Amino acid sequence: MRRSLQFLLFTAFSLALCALLSLHARSVRAAADAELKGQVARLKNLQLTDLCLTTEARYTRHPALADRHAAYQDHPLALEHFPSGSLIMPSPHLRDAQ
Amino acid sequence: MNRSLERHLNILEFTLSSLSRRKAKNLSLLTIYLLVVFILASLVFFVTALKREAGIILQDAPDIVVQRLVAGRQDLVPASYAGEIGAIRGVTAVRPRLWGYYYDGLIGANYTVMASDEATASSDRATIGSGIAKARNLAVGDLLPLITYQKAPLMLEISTILPAGSDLMAADLIVVAPGDFRTLFNFPVGQATDLAISVRNPKEIGTIAAKIVELFPESRPVLKNEILRTYQSLFDWRGGMTIVILASALLSFIIFAWDKATGLSAEERREIGILKSIGWETGDVLLLKFWEGIVISLTAFLLGVILAYGHVFFLSAPIFTQALKGWSIIYPRFQLIPVVDALQLSVLFFLTVVPYTTATVVPCWRAATTDPDAAMRS
Amino acid sequence: MIELVSISKIFNSGKPNQFTAVNNVSLNIEPQQITILKGPSGSGKTSLLTMIGCMARPTSGRIFLQGVAAALPYQQDGGEAIEITSLPERFLNDIRRATFGFIFQQFNLIKGISVLENVMLPAYPTGERRVDFRARAEELLELFNIGRHAGKRVDDLSGGELQRVAIARALINNPSIIIADEPTAHLDSKLSHEFMEIVARLKGEGRTILIASHDPIVYDAPLIDRLVEMRDGAVVEEGSTQ
Repeated sequence: MRRSLQFLLFTAFSLALCALLSLHARSVRAAADAELKGQVARLKNLQLTDLCLTTEARYTRHPALADRHAAYQDHPLALEHFPSGSLIMPSPHLRDAQ
Repeated sequence: MNRSLERHLNILEFTLSSLSRRKAKNLSLLTIYLLVVFILASLVFFVTALKREAGIILQDAPDIVVQRLVAGRQDLVPASYAGEIGAIRGVTAVRPRLWGYYYDGLIGANYTVMASDEATASSDRATIGSGIAKARNLAVGDLLPLITYQKAPLMLEISTILPAGSDLMAADLIVVAPGDFRTLFNFPVGQATDLAISVRNPKEIGTIAAKIVELFPESRPVLKNEILRTYQSLFDWRGGMTIVILASALLSFIIFAWDKATGLSAEERREIGILKSIGWETGDVLLLKFWEGIVISLTAFLLGVILAYGHVFFLSAPIFTQALKGWSIIYPRFQLIPVVDALQLSVLFFLTVVPYTTATVVPCWRAATTDPDAAMRS
Repeated sequence: MIELVSISKIFNSGKPNQFTAVNNVSLNIEPQQITILKGPSGSGKTSLLTMIGCMARPTSGRIFLQGVAAALPYQQDGGEAIEITSLPERFLNDIRRATFGFIFQQFNLIKGISVLENVMLPAYPTGERRVDFRARAEELLELFNIGRHAGKRVDDLSGGELQRVAIARALINNPSIIIADEPTAHLDSKLSHEFMEIVARLKGEGRTILIASHDPIVYDAPLIDRLVEMRDGAVVEEGSTQ
C-alpha cells in the first residue's frame, strides 16, 4: 500500500481510538459515579471537608481548613519542608483574605 | 474533485518520503513533541478528573465550619458556642466535631482520627480506611493499638474497613466513638475541634457567617463554597504543580519550534528550487510543507493524547501521583473516574499543532515563491 | 510552433547594475525540429530558454505558442496561437507542466530519494492517478536502459546514468517540447554523442527540441535542423543546416 494511504489509515485509526476512549470514559463514568456517590452517602455524617490527597503533613491533608503558614512555622519566608507543600498552595479564601 | 484528492495524496507521498530521508532527526522531533503533548494532556485529564471528583465528594461538606483562633493559631472551640450559634436565625443544626491527627511511629504515618456521633458507635471499635488497612496489614476483627497521650495503649477492634473506592476521601481515616477519641488525645470535655453548621438557605451562608464572627470575634468561619473553591483552584492552571509542569513543557516546546522556524537549510532551499523548476507551483510547495507539519504534529498529538489517557485512567497517573504523594506513607490509589474535557483538548491542539505547522510552512514562503528560472541558473 | 516577437529581458531595471540579458529578439521556432541556440555564456541563451518555457516573463515583447497539445479549457480548437506572456500565473503553470520538459545543466535531481520517484515528481501535483504515471515512469526508465536502477538513490549513479534519469524526468508528463540547457556540460564525448542519439529518437517521436549549448558535439551534429547563434543578448546569425 502506498505510504500516503498507510499514513492516512494510521491517522484514522488513531482518531477512532480517541473516539473509542471518550466513549469508554462516558460508559465507565455512569457506573463509577453511582458507586462514588454510594461511598459518599456512607460517610455523610462525618461531613468531610477535604480529599485525602497527601498525608505527609497535616497542613496539606486539610488544605481547606489549614492556616497560611507552613509546618514548623519557623519563618514566614522559610522554604517548604514537605514536597507536596510546594504543590498545594494555601486556599483562596486565605490568600485573598482582607 | 478526484484530481484534487490525487494531488493531495501524491504530495503527501513525497512528504512522507522526504521525512523518512532524515529518519533519525524526524523521529526524535516526533518523540519530543509527543512527550510534550503527553505531559500536557495527562495534566488536563488528571486535573479535570480530580476537580470533578472533589465536586462530588465534597457536596456533603458542612455549610460552615467554625474554627477558633488564639493569637493567630487554631485552638479548640468550646462546645458551648453551639448554643448561641444555634440560635441564629437560619441555622438548622450545629454539630461540634471531634477530629485530629494521630502520628503512628511504627510506620511513620499520619492518620486522621474522627469521632462519629452515630448511636451505633461503640467503644473500643473502629472503622478504618483502606489505606491504613493496607499499610498495617489489618483485617476486620484485628486489633489496632494506638498510644494515648497518657502513654497508655488504646486497643481498637476493627469493625469495618472502608472499601478501596472511598480512598480519595478516607484512605487515612479512623472513625471511633467520642469517648475513645477523648481518651486517645486527652481531649478536654466541653471542647471540640471545630463546629459544623447547617444552614437552611444556602444564600444566607454569608450573612450567618458574618453574624458568627460578630458573636465570637476570635472565630474563623470557613464557608462551603470556599472549601469547594480550594479544590477548584488547587489544580488550576495558575497554581503549584500545574504551573511548574506547564511552564517546562511549553518552554521546551517553544525552544524546539523556534529551532525549526529559524530558517531553511541550503539543501532545503535548493530542493524547493528544483521542485519549482520541474513544474511545482508555489501552492504545491506550500502544501508539501503543510503536510510535513501536519504529519508530525498530528501524529504526535493523537498518540500523546491516547497515551495520556492510558497513563491517567488506566495506570493512575504515576508521574503526577509521585509528586503529590511526597513522603506520605498512606495515600489513595488515584484511580480516577475518566473525564474527557473536549474544550481543553482543543485548546491543546491549537497550542501545539497550529504553531508547529506554521513554523514549518512560513520559513519556506520565500523559497516557495521565488521564480522557477532561478533553478536554471544554479 | 513558438513565435517570439521583440523579446527583451532586463534585470535590475533602473538600478546601477542594470543588465540586459536578452535584447529585442524575434524568432520563430519550428515544431518537430531540433533547434540549437549557440553562443558563449552570458549571451542570453538561458534567459531566452526560461522565457520560452514559461518559467519567467520577458520585460517586453510577446511570445505565442501554437498547436499546444494540452487539454486546456481556454483553448478553442488547438490551432489558435496562445499568447503566453499575458497569461496569469496559474495558467502559465498549467501550460508549462503539460507542454514543456526541462533538462537542466546540473540535472537538478533530488538526492536521497529513488530514481523512480525523481522521475515521477513532476507528475505529482497534476492530480493524475499514481498508478498511471508510475507505469509511465517505469516504461521511460526501461526505454533509456536504466530500469534496473529504479529503486536506487540518485547518489549512487554515474554521470551518464544521471543524464538519462534527467531526460526521463523531462518526459514524464509527455511534453511536446523539450528544452535542454547545456545538457552535455558534464559529460564526456561518448556520453555526449549518446545524448544526441537520444535527441534524435525524441525528434522521431514528433517532439520539438530546443537546446542551448556551446559544445561542438551538439551544434555540429548532423541531425540538427536549425542553428541560432547568439551574442550579447541578440541573435547574430541564423543558419539552417538543411
